[in-house]
Amino acid sequence: MAIFVDENTKVIVQGLTGGQGRFHGLRNREYGTKIVAGVTPGKGGTDVDGIPVFDTVEEAVALTGATASFVSVPPRFAPNAIIEAAKAGISFVVCITEFIPTKDEAYFFNLLRDEYPGTRLLGPNCPGIISPGRCNIGITSGAIALAGGPVGIVSRSGTLTYQAIHELSQQGIGQTTCVGIGGDPVPGTTFIDCLAAFEADVETKAVLMIGEIGGSDEEKAAEYISEHVSKPVVAYIAGQTAPPGKKMGHAGAIISGSAGTAKAKMDALAAAGVYVAANPTAAGEIMVDIVKKLR
Amino acid sequence: MDLYEYQGKEFFSRYGVPTTQGRLAATVEEAKFYAKEVGFPCVLKAQVHVGGRGKAGGIKIVNDQIEASNAADAILGMTIKGHVVDRIWIEQATQIAKEYYCSFTLDRAERKYLLMLSASGGIDIEEVALTNPKAIIRRHIDPIHGVSEQILAQAVVDAGIDEKAQSQVVESLTKLYKAFVDGDADLVEVNPLVLDTAGKVKVLDAKVTLDDNAAFRHPEWESYFLTVELDHREKIAKELGLTYIGLTGSVGIIANGAGLAMATLDVVNQVGGEAANFLDLGGSASADTMVAALEVINDDDNVRSILVNIFGGIVRCDLVAQGICDALQRVKLKAPLVIRLDGTNADRAYEILRPLTSDALMIETTMLLAASRAVAAANEQRN
Repeated sequence: MAIFVDENTKVIVQGLTGGQGRFHGLRNREYGTKIVAGVTPGKGGTDVDGIPVFDTVEEAVALTGATASFVSVPPRFAPNAIIEAAKAGISFVVCITEFIPTKDEAYFFNLLRDEYPGTRLLGPNCPGIISPGRCNIGITSGAIALAGGPVGIVSRSGTLTYQAIHELSQQGIGQTTCVGIGGDPVPGTTFIDCLAAFEADVETKAVLMIGEIGGSDEEKAAEYISEHVSKPVVAYIAGQTAPPGKKMGHAGAIISGSAGTAKAKMDALAAAGVYVAANPTAAGEIMVDIVKKLR
Repeated sequence: MDLYEYQGKEFFSRYGVPTTQGRLAATVEEAKFYAKEVGFPCVLKAQVHVGGRGKAGGIKIVNDQIEASNAADAILGMTIKGHVVDRIWIEQATQIAKEYYCSFTLDRAERKYLLMLSASGGIDIEEVALTNPKAIIRRHIDPIHGVSEQILAQAVVDAGIDEKAQSQVVESLTKLYKAFVDGDADLVEVNPLVLDTAGKVKVLDAKVTLDDNAAFRHPEWESYFLTVELDHREKIAKELGLTYIGLTGSVGIIANGAGLAMATLDVVNQVGGEAANFLDLGGSASADTMVAALEVINDDDNVRSILVNIFGGIVRCDLVAQGICDALQRVKLKAPLVIRLDGTNADRAYEILRPLTSDALMIETTMLLAASRAVAAANEQRN
């Protein structure tokens, strides 16, 4: 089992004819992901390395039965691409695009929540999702992931997710699904969404969660964990030494006044029974211990 | 990007928000001249990106040119919370009857916009927020449907805004909301929004933070970008297209990915060191980016060692290592370099780097070891 995507997920790539879309779309296909179509307005009827390209998502869905979309288009086109996918009935949209204005994000987040509740958005500004051995949508390197579980990973950071995957894989510990929820202020999918899905997934036995400064989603996750999650959770929060008022690379990674500090998040998670690690390496080590005890 | 008050007022006026007119002065002479032009009594206000300037003595009311000249002399060059004042905004003094507070921002937890409004505005608003939070009303606004006059009319009543000011405050809020949304601001804050003794509501201050990601649809922001306060390292980094934040420690940091860069700062701290900067190379990590990164860090006099922390996913570590080699041909480093690479083709990367190792170029395979080595090197350099 895996969460959100698996070997049966049929994926279209919005922006397949662009440099990024082509590069990652073809890599995802090479990994074994069912990339069934591309969508670029005006390029319908062409193909990218044998993958048919359509003008609209609606057409692509009707002709391929796709249920997921990988959005890899520039920031100014991303909002419409996401909304188009939702309108066409796509149930899982992964948007890797960085630098989308916050107003646009707030707009399509609320539009999806109100009018397209059947569509889950992952991102924007995220590395994507990989269910090792089954499906890889986005920019994660498939080579570092190890299939078979039992660890689920959810993270706001791309490279820290890769680091975590890599450390677990090297210890022979596989992953069920690794979800990069992204570093923007209005993420489509939250820690809680992923924690709920991992809790329900029988193959996932433990969850590694990587948060960072800014916002209060980690605190909300802590509350959720204490009430609803029975599986062990290990957490690392990046930015313990970050100065307030500065955007630390990610648009959402900012301490505003006294809100959004790593300490507040770590305290909340620890109080919820989460194993809170001081750094990514320690998080990996704690997870290795937990998994070894499970065996 | 944070705007100065004078820019914020200009920004507001684009969206029809009535603001006070004034002039900007950078010297005592200019201040004296413009004060007369604006008319007495007028107010001289230090232009800085931080709050609390009134309490710090950065706002003065003057009645003639001599007072204007003395006040300008006192304000120009003063330091407010670490910011040196180099410009003064001069506008006509307002006879204040009441001070209100209002702001629009994004409530990240709710994923909706948030209006905060209070009849107890002024310099003590932070105190009010702590001691009497109920005096500040909070109303969520759905980004799809926006704000209606009805909602605002109720909000001003709930906030206890004086009756004679209510309709004017509603009008100001409507326009400020438009500035917030159409103007792609992360924050629009007016403190104080005043009712003057003549019964007129005025936007007396303007605190605006713009969303840099929306710059592509706001060519009019060009002039604002010119006044962004950056230290010289940040300026160079920006020109080179790097995400860089200057800090005060001695270990220069280069990492790929915001999360990994933050984690590197954390780990350096945990092994007893302090980072000189945050630097995210982004996705490419090519030789050119590496050269740019090393140049910025090399330019920082506080740097005693440099820690490069790369995780290669799709970016292959061997290419990054090659990029580092190329970069070292082009930049002469002042401090020793500690390199840690992990992930795709890390083995090949170390094969490339190993022949080059010396006291000035060290390689380590884990983040903790690399951080310890870099901190030790920084300490040695200091001694």
